[in-house]
Amino acid sequence: MLRIESLRRDRFGPFDLALAPGEVCAVTGPSGSGKSVFLRMIADLDPSEGRVSLDEIDRDAVPAPLWRRRVTYLAAEPGWWAETVAEHFSADAPASLARERAALRLPEDVFGWPVARLSTGERQRLALLRALAGGPKVLLLDEPTASLDPVSVRGAEAVIQERRAAGLIVLLVSHDPAQVARLATGRLAVAGGRAA
Amino acid sequence: MSPSPGPLDLALGAGFVLVNAGLSAALGLGLSRTVLVAACRLVAQLTLVGLVLRTVFGLGAPGPVIAVVAVMALAAAYEIGARQERPLRGAWRYLLGGAVTAGATVIAVAVGLAALRPQPWWDPHALIPLAGIVLGSVMSGVAIGLNGFTGGVRRERAAIEARLALGATRDEALAPLIRSAIRAGLIPVLNQMAAAGLITLPGMMTGQILAGQDPQGAAAAQILILFLLAGASGLGVTGAVFLAARRLTDARHRLRLERLG
Repeated sequence: MLRIESLRRDRFGPFDLALAPGEVCAVTGPSGSGKSVFLRMIADLDPSEGRVSLDEIDRDAVPAPLWRRRVTYLAAEPGWWAETVAEHFSADAPASLARERAALRLPEDVFGWPVARLSTGERQRLALLRALAGGPKVLLLDEPTASLDPVSVRGAEAVIQERRAAGLIVLLVSHDPAQVARLATGRLAVAGGRAA
Repeated sequence: MSPSPGPLDLALGAGFVLVNAGLSAALGLGLSRTVLVAACRLVAQLTLVGLVLRTVFGLGAPGPVIAVVAVMALAAAYEIGARQERPLRGAWRYLLGGAVTAGATVIAVAVGLAALRPQPWWDPHALIPLAGIVLGSVMSGVAIGLNGFTGGVRRERAAIEARLALGATRDEALAPLIRSAIRAGLIPVLNQMAAAGLITLPGMMTGQILAGQDPQGAAAAQILILFLLAGASGLGVTGAVFLAARRLTDARHRLRLERLG
């Protein structure tokens, strides 16, 4: 259970939300309305006030790196810190993630590729895979399929659905009403920095 | 011993600077003004320093000598802050680099005094040039290291935050940038050591030889100085970059770029 109580920072919030395992909450609203800030506050990447807890364990009671391994934020334009794809994954990832890699329509040898060679869409799918690799309990997805072709979008949605069925909690920023209809079990509209 | 250069001799050298300014104007580098201002500053600063030092040397007391060194350290702190493309906000801009530079200089000067054993220990003939040369070297290393680090953090923001978001600690997320910034900050002093004698005659040694000293003795003194510079730069650059890394993150392992100007 993810509980968010009066989460806020300067002009954003307060936000209140409670999500049970397997729930997917779509976070919708115009650009600049504070959707990304909301997700970043949950992951504790931006300083914030209020309470966030996962399975009754308060965010502040856990070291931040550990909290973020459980509650993982995936940026709309994810960063890369090494030259090859493989350096961004653990050594056993190619084997343990093989099925999800295939579902995301990424070739088997993708781990050997240099990051510079990846297309925007490939980067986005690999970043989703990278976020799933850590086995988070909550995934905060910031427009995860914005630059994907329709087939890859379906692949990514299938991967998310499968994890969701296994108990993953998802907050999903999306501008695509059809995607929201396909994935979401609930919805939070955001406007002007607060829940609308 | 060769005589010190007179006004006419300096005018000859000044003509050489004017050639530089003229070249800059002709090529449209936009540096002519800067070159001339820097040359004028140099003349004013060194003339003034010569006067002040002569007075301090004449006083024969430790207080004024320490005061001169303190003023030099303050100037170094200012220069480090002024050279930052994206400085830390607030007093940190001058405080961080200045404190680290001062600390590293005190240690290096203590080692230097232990080796040279001047009588008394605060003899301005030893302490002031020693502190000056160490300050200058640490200052440029720290300025380069800090500039490289803050620039790198800005540029690599997405990569750093991606690592943090996946559960890396701030030390893990910043390690590559910390390493490359320290390396960049140490390159000048490493070059100085490697090139000394072969490509350049270090300034101090040049001065001593021009002033008529035995080249062998000048070389020994220069070796000691370069060791001090290398040690002090290592301490200063490492300390400054690590402190900047702390300042740009917080206890919850967040990147705090708003603390950068």
